[in-house]
Amino acid sequence: MQNNDIRRHTIAILVDNEAGVLARVIGLFSGRGYNIESLTVAEVDPREQLSRITIVTSGTMMIIEQIKAQLSRLVPVHKVSDLTLDGPSVSRELALVKVAATGEKRVESLRIADIFRARAVDSTNESFVFEIVGATDKLDAFIRLMEPLGLVDVSRTGVVAIARGPKSL
Amino acid sequence: MTQETMNGAEIVLKALQDQGVEVIFGYPGGAVLPLYDEIFKQNRLRHILVRHEQAALHAAEGYARSTGKVGVVLVTSGPGATNAVTGLLDAMCDSVPIVCLTGQVPTHLIGNDAFQEADTTGITRPCTKHNYLVKDVESLSRVVHEAFYVARTGRPGPVVIDLPKDVLVTRAPYVGSADAAHKSYRPRVKGDASAIEAALTLIAGAKRPIFYTGGGVINSGVKACKLLTQFVHTTGYPCTQTLMGLGGFPGSDPQSLGMVGMHGTYESNMAMHGCDVMICIGARFDDRVTGRLNAFAPHAKKIHIDIDPSSINKNVAVDIAVVGDVGNVLEDMIAGWKARSLRPDAAALKSWWTQIERWRARDCLRFAATDKIIKPQYAIKRLYELTKGRDTYITTEVGQHQMWAAQFFKFEEPFRWMTSGGLGTMGYGLPSAMGVQLAHPDALVIDIAGEASIQMNIQEMSTIAQYRLPVKIFILNNQYMGMVRQWQELLHGGRYSESYCAALPDFVKLAEAYGAVGLKADKPSELDDVINEMIAVDRPVIVDCRVDQAENCFPMIPSGAAHNEMLLGPEDEAEKPISEDGMVLV
Ligand SMILES: Cc1ncc(C[n+]2csc(CCOP(=O)(O)OP(=O)(O)O)c2C)c(N)n1
Ligand SMILES: [Mg+2]
Repeated sequence: MQNNDIRRHTIAILVDNEAGVLARVIGLFSGRGYNIESLTVAEVDPREQLSRITIVTSGTMMIIEQIKAQLSRLVPVHKVSDLTLDGPSVSRELALVKVAATGEKRVESLRIADIFRARAVDSTNESFVFEIVGATDKLDAFIRLMEPLGLVDVSRTGVVAIARGPKSL
Repeated sequence: MTQETMNGAEIVLKALQDQGVEVIFGYPGGAVLPLYDEIFKQNRLRHILVRHEQAALHAAEGYARSTGKVGVVLVTSGPGATNAVTGLLDAMCDSVPIVCLTGQVPTHLIGNDAFQEADTTGITRPCTKHNYLVKDVESLSRVVHEAFYVARTGRPGPVVIDLPKDVLVTRAPYVGSADAAHKSYRPRVKGDASAIEAALTLIAGAKRPIFYTGGGVINSGVKACKLLTQFVHTTGYPCTQTLMGLGGFPGSDPQSLGMVGMHGTYESNMAMHGCDVMICIGARFDDRVTGRLNAFAPHAKKIHIDIDPSSINKNVAVDIAVVGDVGNVLEDMIAGWKARSLRPDAAALKSWWTQIERWRARDCLRFAATDKIIKPQYAIKRLYELTKGRDTYITTEVGQHQMWAAQFFKFEEPFRWMTSGGLGTMGYGLPSAMGVQLAHPDALVIDIAGEASIQMNIQEMSTIAQYRLPVKIFILNNQYMGMVRQWQELLHGGRYSESYCAALPDFVKLAEAYGAVGLKADKPSELDDVINEMIAVDRPVIVDCRVDQAENCFPMIPSGAAHNEMLLGPEDEAEKPISEDGMVLV
């Protein structure tokens, strides 16, 4: 508990899919001054009406424990899991990256996309929209490389993550 | 087969009755008229008409804290709901179980800036344990029952149910209270056995132990308080209480060190500073208790027992955490202590008590009484002595008088002391006293007040008159916002910016205007007679007790200081200037 290093944690939260639940979670973070680096949410169990929220946050161990305890205290929260601590996990993010370029730069953007296994999902004579999936730093690297080639727009989903192995949340 | 249906308002009333509600504190308005119509048609639920919605919340808090039941409030939409916000947060900070029904514009108008529309669930989300907007009458009975369950279980708190007007007039079948486990909300009651084992080993091995006990003991109930007393007696260890914990352990027990924290006793704070094992039970290491964090109990191993996991390791990292209901955990601890035939270290304990007695001998609450002017401490001391042995309940406002009340009153039982601790809400005491008096019609209920605070909800004198509540209001009138003046003296060079209470009303006449009795004490020689008369009169009384304007509340740990850097009295002020860091704290 004396560890004061600030680390990044990915937290998965299973909640009732009801009005206001996201506001509760976000309000808790802003009200208590916690970080949100990314947040994703969607319904994952239509029958039980459960949604899964994935939050990437950072803080000292004491803060991270507080965040988890505060989240668990919210009435519509079913489960909170720290994917960074609770064993191995996979996390992915998707980005749509628009590059407007012609000539050599256009060709170069395609070449890099190929290396990153990004797909062109839209193309015009002067632009591409690439779809790329991967870990956050892979997306960061791809976007950085696209910058000098005519990057005009980026849309990212934020991280979704899941524990490896057979167990459920 | 058609099921029998009721309209939403009937469903609410039926659910309240099924929850055992006897009293509602409220104030009507357009959005809640269907509910008021149902209230009119029945006589099982008693409605108390307050004069401001904030007071409805505080009254419900007083009712709840003096009975252990859930306090219930009904207010209208818009301004009714926003006026309730302070009281909701007050209940949140002090973990008081409240269900607050708020009116709302009809569902089809929500979001249209309709007349008296407010985003009540949005506004109250951070000031409630949970809140609901009921958009569909089918879910109404379930929501009301669930709200009571959430309010009263786990760490108690306020719950808001926002009720659009159309839902109140639409019909649906009523569903009775179901005890089925909630899908996601399941507070942990029983403590982890191995954590309890480890805690017991640490407790038994302590050389300089202290019990640090808070409002969680009282919230856990009378039985928990008895178990605490039993365990403290079994160990022979000293026990200090937080402002919220007063009465959880008998105040005049020789093992009680009195209150801990900013205005706590010297012996409590020194023992907290010097202990080697701290057993925190139902308290939350609040900044008013810990003082400067990096100097807090530097040599102590800390055990924390609390029902709220988010209270653990929040401000102070502890060595052993037991999450569970205090009463439940104490029961297991006492059993474990016996089963393992644990025994305290008698020699170490003896020298620890010798040290504590030396601190006690400083007599930190002493004050210089005179026969010319009433010292506020003297007034509280006499009030305590003259009411001792009676069926007395004390509420307070916020300020110096509150701290003096906490220091000089000794509470032998839980549920007798109602004060706004976490939020420090001026204006809490009078409405709270109303709630207490309603729950205990024959008891002596006293609001210990300041002349500034009492004016924040003085309109409730009218409620008191209407329901003939014999509440006593004992004003320590120092003509200053004394606590503000004290900080200005200690921290801001004696520049008393806006802390003088000019144009005070004549409190005796004010009492009479509201049909109450007004009494005044100017000199120490008059005090006892005035207090005795106040007690004897079977009507509401306001006592204007004129006290020394310059008196400061000591002991005091200035903000940003450590427990062992306490100011004991005026003579200390010059010697120990307050640090720059402390200046920015509240
Ligand atoms: C609603 C509210 N506003 C402001 C404060 C800040 N405050 C704390 S104590 C105090 C002065 C209280 O004066 P009084 O009621 O006369 O009590 P005294 O300290 O003189 O005993 C003030 C203004 C508060 N606690 N609550
Ligand atoms: Mg005053």
